[in-house]
Amino acid sequence: MMSAHPLIRLLDRGSTLFLVLLGAFAIAIPVLNLLMPAGSALHVSTYFVALFGKYVCYGLLALSIDLIWGYVGILSLGHGAFFALGGYAMGMYLMRQIGDRGVYANPILPDFMVFLNWSELPIFWYGFNNFAYAMLMVLLVPGLLAFVFGWFAFRSRVTGVYLSIITQAMTYALLLGFFRNNFGFGGNNGLTDFKDILGFNVQADGTRNALLVISCLMLALCFLVCRAIVTSKFGKVLIGIRDAESRTRFLGYRVEAYKLFVFTVSACMAGIAGALYVPQVGIINPGEFAPANSIEAVIWVAVGGRGTLTGAVLGAFVVNYAKTFFTSGFLAPYWLFMLGGLFIGTTLFMPRGIIGTYNNWRANQADKKDAARDNAKNDAFPSAPPHAAE
Amino acid sequence: MVKFHDRIVALVFAIGLLVVAAGLAHAGPYEDALEKFTTDEFADTAEAVTEVATSGSPLAAPLIAALQDGRLQFSAKDKKVFIKTADDKLIDAETGKPFDGTPPDDLDTVRVNNRLRGVIEAANGALTLMAPDAGKRYESAQSVFKSRDAAVLPAVEKALEAEKVARVKKILNEARAAILLAADDTSAPDRIAAIEVIRARGDQDSLALLQSLPADLPADVRATANGAIKTVERNLALWNTVQNLWYGLSLGSVLLLAAIGLAITFGVMGVINMAHGEMVMLGAYTTYVVQDVIRTSYPGLFDYSLAFALPLAFLVAAIVGIIIERTVIRFLYGRPLETLLATWGISLVLMQAVRAVFGPTNKEVGNPSWMSGAFDLGGILITYNRMWIIVFTGIVFVALLAMLRFTRLGLEMRAVTQNRQMAAAVGIRTARIDALTFGLGSGIAGIAGVALSQIDNVSPNLGQGYIIDSFMVVVFGGVGNLWGTLVGALTLGIANKFLEPFAGAVLAKIAILVFIILFIQKRPRGMFALKGRAIEA
Amino acid sequence: MMDKQTTSALLYLDGVSVSFDGFKALNELSFIVEPGEMRAIIGPNGAGKTTMMDVITGKTRPDEGDVYFQEGQFDLTKLDETEIATLGIGRKFQKPTVFEMHTVEDNLQLSLKNDRSVRATLFWQSSAEQEKRIDDVLDIVRLKHLRQRVAGSLSHGQKQWLEIAMLLAQDPKLLLVDEPVAGMTDVETMQTAELLREINKTKTVVVVEHDMAFVRELGVKVTCLHEGSVLAEGTIDDVSTNDRVVEVYLGR
Repeated sequence: MMSAHPLIRLLDRGSTLFLVLLGAFAIAIPVLNLLMPAGSALHVSTYFVALFGKYVCYGLLALSIDLIWGYVGILSLGHGAFFALGGYAMGMYLMRQIGDRGVYANPILPDFMVFLNWSELPIFWYGFNNFAYAMLMVLLVPGLLAFVFGWFAFRSRVTGVYLSIITQAMTYALLLGFFRNNFGFGGNNGLTDFKDILGFNVQADGTRNALLVISCLMLALCFLVCRAIVTSKFGKVLIGIRDAESRTRFLGYRVEAYKLFVFTVSACMAGIAGALYVPQVGIINPGEFAPANSIEAVIWVAVGGRGTLTGAVLGAFVVNYAKTFFTSGFLAPYWLFMLGGLFIGTTLFMPRGIIGTYNNWRANQADKKDAARDNAKNDAFPSAPPHAAE
Repeated sequence: MVKFHDRIVALVFAIGLLVVAAGLAHAGPYEDALEKFTTDEFADTAEAVTEVATSGSPLAAPLIAALQDGRLQFSAKDKKVFIKTADDKLIDAETGKPFDGTPPDDLDTVRVNNRLRGVIEAANGALTLMAPDAGKRYESAQSVFKSRDAAVLPAVEKALEAEKVARVKKILNEARAAILLAADDTSAPDRIAAIEVIRARGDQDSLALLQSLPADLPADVRATANGAIKTVERNLALWNTVQNLWYGLSLGSVLLLAAIGLAITFGVMGVINMAHGEMVMLGAYTTYVVQDVIRTSYPGLFDYSLAFALPLAFLVAAIVGIIIERTVIRFLYGRPLETLLATWGISLVLMQAVRAVFGPTNKEVGNPSWMSGAFDLGGILITYNRMWIIVFTGIVFVALLAMLRFTRLGLEMRAVTQNRQMAAAVGIRTARIDALTFGLGSGIAGIAGVALSQIDNVSPNLGQGYIIDSFMVVVFGGVGNLWGTLVGALTLGIANKFLEPFAGAVLAKIAILVFIILFIQKRPRGMFALKGRAIEA
Repeated sequence: MMDKQTTSALLYLDGVSVSFDGFKALNELSFIVEPGEMRAIIGPNGAGKTTMMDVITGKTRPDEGDVYFQEGQFDLTKLDETEIATLGIGRKFQKPTVFEMHTVEDNLQLSLKNDRSVRATLFWQSSAEQEKRIDDVLDIVRLKHLRQRVAGSLSHGQKQWLEIAMLLAQDPKLLLVDEPVAGMTDVETMQTAELLREINKTKTVVVVEHDMAFVRELGVKVTCLHEGSVLAEGTIDDVSTNDRVVEVYLGR
């Protein structure tokens, strides 16, 4: 309800539970990794720290997709690209941090540029040795692309599957571009062999744990931003656009401005996710632009439950944990069957996803209670037309 | 090139021996030249090679081949030359008959040095200029044109005299002109005549040849050459455009083929089928299986393999399509975004299934003989497989149009897509029509797979390469309009090929994608969009 | 181009034509609605009623013709839906279109005349005055007892009323109401007529409707459209006895 205090709106039961769990996770994993002896049953290996860190980034990506798919009904197949762009911005910073420790020991040029016989740093690489500048780019590059793209698309009322298709085309065009050596982003191999971030060794256990905690913090922050957006009147307008776009328009809302704002915010979040992802996995290459990645991220949201925010993060964790689990064992050849089945099964049998189905079930339970109470009360007044109530 | 020569030489050798066996050998310049091989002097040997090569004797080719392989032996004492065969038998080089006497005791191999090798190469070229097969002579003349080796000039002129086939004669004439132009001591009138011949040829090689002429030519020759260069350049630009058009048409037809099934499922039914590419892939694999069966059991039928594959591919893809429609898509009508996700899942399953059955690697699908090779049309080379695919695409397109227009099924399909309730009210079983329409779209994708198997790698990922392009074509052309799809595919294909020379293949593709993205913003319903209230509801 | 000051009309349509793929949905349509008036538009299917609404609200651009609002001050053919809605033209759709996932209260909250910018809605806080407005509007359409109900769970008739309530909350100068009583019971129909008459006390209203009993109940000037232009205009009795109207409706 809109009249409630903003803070209460922001933190309903589900959101609070989510933040508490996320906080517990962010504390428990580093503690179990750093303080438990390696032999202990409770020890979490560094491999898992990096793995969970990756999941948290995926969770953030899923959150950004849910914001526009779940609340505005825009199915973007371009969020993998925003994720990758954020990742590349971070990767460029990390490349510049290598300095003269590369194979060719060039203090300015990254190895791949030396290898390609480039004599100087391309202009768009300038400034990436500065962390603050790089972080600004993490937000700005995906945000700007989303803004320009969205400005064109929403203004000309490209909606539904058309929008999905052209976002996919955009992703595909970027994929082709980043594969080229002369684009200046390391071509096929991408950016890798990172040494340190803000002076800390990216491989060190401490750094990995810190990155995990930072990822959790960013996820929590972005989650709160999303909650603030969707629980405001702005959020109600978004849902209005999703369910009855022309009604919203005829009420006098500038639908394209709403879409553009939320699309850009969402792209920035995807960029942040990508930026946090890169130092934790140690590489960014054009493969991240693959259209399949974007669609896969959408299914995380669908599995968890779109339009719920918490569900998106949950879905990212569940699907990716399943992926890690199945692709590492003898079941590996069947993983794609399972993933494909997940796409089909979720859309056919569980369109609300895990959280959505749960919420729906609870609402039904409550309705039944209400109905029972109402029936008892309303017996005296058989269903009357509205004027009779006066 | 060397390999190519070897093959010709081997062939000529075989023919030569055959002729010799028939006892048609005769005395002449060949026999006279033989003696020079016995002096053990490189200069004499070189002279002998040229003389042998231009002698016209059927024994010349095997002899020069033997010299090249170090199997030509001589006896200085007896003034006799022998060809040693692979199994160490001796053949009398003069008669070509096996030598059955005792070999002379001073038998030695004729030595070859680098200069001599060059002479031998030229001689080989000259020899094939006289080959009995017109095709061989043609290719040989072409290679002489490119090498412009002055040493071959006598051979070329000799061949010119003897040549009867106009096509070969033309090339020989051009080869002669090329040699004359490249040589330093050609007279001005000869040069002008040669330039005219080259101008008439008018291809890239001609241009290169004309441009490589020395600067200090007599003024009239220079003027003729410059004029010729201009003509050839203009000619080339024209053919270049024609070539781009042809490539564009070819690419456009491939796009159309891939997209036309989608024009039915997405354009007519409004179902967004991300597994469309996998239907194409299934068609390609059907072709592979058909060819595999034919190869192992009925090799004689290989040339007809595609005729078997076409209906089968249609059936396989159509049945898979109908199963998908009945089990998944029909529950998602009116929910296009969910359909997108579910069909993406289906595409993953289909790809993985094919990977599990056939393995992840590329499968070899052969071209039937009538689809291999190429021919020249003016200044461009046309490969048969591309040409047939264009023809085939045209047939599929027309057949589909006719089907929608003139058959009962087509009528019912149009009825259902235009007004479902009304169609149901007049007794059309809409569910059945949905399934059949989807099956038709999928089946056509399967047929496309047969054609694409001829020009692309058949792997489980085949379909992925086409899905985005196909959607672009349908959306660009205008949903619900087959003509739009046709124009869309050809426009994109041709635009792509005209951009490629400037931007390179990848950038051209990116440019096209960006163009379509912008275009859709401008006209969200594509080029040939239906207007009105009905579609907005 | 007409002289802007020559009309006193709230809504002025002159020679408006629209065609879709050769089909003329509107053909030289001209008519005028005076301020404070309530006008009923009738006509058989395909007469161009909805297309006319689309043209007025900016959804469809006319191929030719003039559409002016408020004594010729605003050229509606140059504005888009959002701008036209902001000018004060509210539209109810043929099929009731409310925000089904929102409560009745939220539906009205979104409709209230307020700053519609992104920034304003992001940092918006409700006020007692706003709550009062919602109460008032709910009173008018008699949905007060359903304030906290999710709109999707309302009956068809209730959704129609809610949509009219949303129009009222917008506080428009002109209400375009497309088939407000489709699918309603007779009692509900009569109530709706009463409601519209009530609304007409303060606002100008254009009602498109098939239901002759309802139009008769409204008791206002009637315009009959046919094939995209005005066939007859006058009182319901005049129009319903007009030979050409009878011919069109009975298809002689």
